[in-house]
Amino acid sequence: MRTIFFILRKEFKQIFRNPMMVKLIVALPIVQLIVLANAATMDLKNINLAIVDNDLSTISRQLVSKFEGSPFFTITYRDFSEKNAQESVALNQSDAILIIPTNFQKDLLKENTAKLQFSVNAINGMSAGIINYYMQSIIIDFNKKIIPEWKAPTSDMKKIKNISITYAHWFNKELIFNIFMVPGILAVLVTIMGMFLPGLNLVREKEIGTIEQINVTPIKKYQFILGKLLPFILIAFFELSLGLLVGVPLFNVPVIGSYFVLYSVAGIYLLAILGIGLLLSTFANTQQQLMFLSYFVLIIFILMSGIFTPTESMPKWGQMINYINPIYYFMKSLRMILLKGSGFSDILPQIYALSIYAVLSISLAVSRYKKTI
Amino acid sequence: MNRFKAFVRKEFYHIFRDKRTMLILFGMPVVQILLFGFVITTEIKDVEIAVWDKSKDEVTQNITNKLLGSGYFKLVKNIDNEQEIYEAFKKGEIKEALIFENNFSKNLNTKNNADIQIITDASDPNIANLIVSYTSAIVYSYTSELNANLKIPMQIKTESTMLYNSEMKSVFMFVPGTMAMILMLVSAMITSIAITREKELGTMEVLLVSPLKVSQIIIGKVAPYVVLSIINVITIIALAMSIFHMPIVGSLSLLIGVSILFIFMALALGILISTVTNDQQTAMMISMFALMLPTILLSGFIFPIENMPKILQWLTIIIPPKYYINAIKDIMLKGSDLSYIWKDVAVLLAMTLILIGLSIKKFKIRLE
Amino acid sequence: MEKVIIVKNLVKKFESFVANDNLTFDVFRGEIFGFLGANGAGKTTAMKILCGLSQPTSGELSVAGFDVYKQQDKIKANIGYMSQKFSLYEDLTVFENIQFYAGIYGLSNKEIDERALKLIEKLGMQAMRKKLVASLPLGWRQKLSFSIAIIHKPQIVFLDEPTGGVDPITRRQFWDLIYEAANDGITIFVTTHYMDEAEYCNRVSIMVDGRIEALDSPLNLKKQFNAENMNDVFIQLARKSKNKE
Repeated sequence: MRTIFFILRKEFKQIFRNPMMVKLIVALPIVQLIVLANAATMDLKNINLAIVDNDLSTISRQLVSKFEGSPFFTITYRDFSEKNAQESVALNQSDAILIIPTNFQKDLLKENTAKLQFSVNAINGMSAGIINYYMQSIIIDFNKKIIPEWKAPTSDMKKIKNISITYAHWFNKELIFNIFMVPGILAVLVTIMGMFLPGLNLVREKEIGTIEQINVTPIKKYQFILGKLLPFILIAFFELSLGLLVGVPLFNVPVIGSYFVLYSVAGIYLLAILGIGLLLSTFANTQQQLMFLSYFVLIIFILMSGIFTPTESMPKWGQMINYINPIYYFMKSLRMILLKGSGFSDILPQIYALSIYAVLSISLAVSRYKKTI
Repeated sequence: MNRFKAFVRKEFYHIFRDKRTMLILFGMPVVQILLFGFVITTEIKDVEIAVWDKSKDEVTQNITNKLLGSGYFKLVKNIDNEQEIYEAFKKGEIKEALIFENNFSKNLNTKNNADIQIITDASDPNIANLIVSYTSAIVYSYTSELNANLKIPMQIKTESTMLYNSEMKSVFMFVPGTMAMILMLVSAMITSIAITREKELGTMEVLLVSPLKVSQIIIGKVAPYVVLSIINVITIIALAMSIFHMPIVGSLSLLIGVSILFIFMALALGILISTVTNDQQTAMMISMFALMLPTILLSGFIFPIENMPKILQWLTIIIPPKYYINAIKDIMLKGSDLSYIWKDVAVLLAMTLILIGLSIKKFKIRLE
Repeated sequence: MEKVIIVKNLVKKFESFVANDNLTFDVFRGEIFGFLGANGAGKTTAMKILCGLSQPTSGELSVAGFDVYKQQDKIKANIGYMSQKFSLYEDLTVFENIQFYAGIYGLSNKEIDERALKLIEKLGMQAMRKKLVASLPLGWRQKLSFSIAIIHKPQIVFLDEPTGGVDPITRRQFWDLIYEAANDGITIFVTTHYMDEAEYCNRVSIMVDGRIEALDSPLNLKKQFNAENMNDVFIQLARKSKNKE
């Protein structure tokens, strides 16, 4: 026990003597939370619309003013040429075009039907889908409103069947994206601290040669590994706490679940990823190699974890890969605990997966570590 | 000149002999493109739902079938009280609960109106939003079918054209961003680490006392990375075209030209970082947080810049990948020529010149 | 005399390459044993086996009275080691390095403080006590490394080319430290490239191509090979090598 204490003291001194490290530990969670949580938003705040009104009728003008009145749309371009309007999309001046053809009103009144055209910049497919949906909804709404203004009710109109939809968003009434991102960022933060740094630290001793000196001392492998890992477990917990301390009030994250559950899951998760970090470090001889290796693994795991995008939409094989992605389980649990108040019984599958992971990765890492160093 | 050749050759050997690093450098773009193409998608599919059908009649059954038949939704369970919804949300079993009111079909026939209530798990607000719009669209099309035989005046029909990406594939948006990311990684991050590594190991001093000029040393050090970066650009474009059928509407030479400009910018950035650090760990941390994070988050790669708060939008002005992504997105998907993207190119050029000037100056100061 | 290292028929193979080919030798308590050989002759391999850093392929070995196969932990507690790679932490101070290594060898806090004080005094490093090792000149670091390698008073200390890259005056001072340790009863097992240093040893073994070709006191070796100094002895033996550079 005393031996571990000596290793711990040495590690802490080395960590805190590196000014870069200290800055990183404090600044990283704060900067990440502020920048990431604000930047990573899919909320469409404003859609720039180009309008080509070739009809210039009463109805077409009403329609245009309906778009003008919508909080989602800003009309940035008006022209009579469809080609020029497309040019404005090419120049990124507008995101979508509404084309009202000549005789729109006439057709609508005489033929009972008329056609409108939308063109949407679909390079960002998701935004395009939402823009299209917003435009459709406005038109449908507009359509309903103008019929009684122009036509007397017919018998058929009384027969129109309607299914009205009401909706309620639970756990996040106003669909605020920030509170979804905060747990995601915390998960990434804990991962970087837990997976990246201890491995790097270990390989550094290999690279500068001090590990040989350690190996001829009577220190047991497990004591050395424990001494290396413990500081980063503590730092990771510190990061998590700092992140919560800053992020929760800053973004008004409703903490519904219990901190006890949160920290317990984080503890299991840390063991799992520390094991992975250690395992990776046995494959590298230099810090450079380890950085690339960890970076590679981290990028894949983080992107697939569902931090930004739904994991359910992935193809089957993508979801299979996620079975071995620890960040996926942790990300999910963290969000469930914080935002929905899930307890131990709700996240049992995640806890089981992470526990198995922890046992496997640590035993694998220790056995490989013994052989290689 | 021979001296310089020998030096450049040595640099190439260094890099191309480290098999593990090589594998990662060449594997990275391939894996990332495949991930973004196949796995990371912002569309919804197979969203788990629960149905609380208080009426259990033909119409509610039809609507349910229509929803499930769309491929967007997957029925996980039938429920009959609100507590169950809450429990299922908490366990993460479902993302949406659909509630049909009592006497649904009867109400629709007698009162011409029936109610559906949607409850979403909005802890993921994006999905919640998409779920509501997809469900509404499907229900709306069902009602249109019901009313198909009725003569209703003044029907506005709409026709949507999706410009540049008719199938709304998300990979089209990710390809330019992935290119920027990989180039930043190879050209800036790795260059900075490689130079600091020589400093850490003390071999930089040996080079500096040799008769090579400082400019030759720098050029020699970065030359292999230029080659690597260009290979990566070509790999990404080839993959995007062959596997994801991404059209390159504009000129290929312009695309490569702009990419080379960006590579030079990134290299200058890498050299600059190496002049302000002495060890690899620091160089890596700076690269990660000053380069990679902004490249992913503030460049419009995944998240549209227009949606960000004003302060962050201003911050993106100094993020070089933003201009690069803008320019190549337009070249690839819109077929824009230089007259459309000259502004982005000009900013990039100015940034490159400033960074090269700055890094040479810093490098010299350190020598004195 | 009491034997502290006993090596019988040590063989170490790396796949088909034989690094140590049937080595047999003993080292006596309190002597300074020089372990010489050209680069690649197999010195470091043998030394690593004796320190418990690597396992032999076959042979009987005992170090400090313990079996190399079964009692590596006991061996480690009873030996010190100083590698040719610099092995102190540059981002810790002089005192912190002493404290750390003494601590992991299980010394009590009182012992640590006492020995650190004595060590610092002996090396004349009082002024540098709180300085980071990174700021020390190489000579100082080597002397500090050696002193730390014997801080736990081991039976044997292994030195792997301890004076590489050090100026002659510091080398002289370094050997004074070695003699002092030997006088205190610590057995010294040292590899070196400098033939003048070989003259300082009680006995010297010279390895060529994985085998021990000569083992005796410097005086006897010079007689045997009819040489003026150890350098000549070494060159005569090294010529036998099959893999000449």
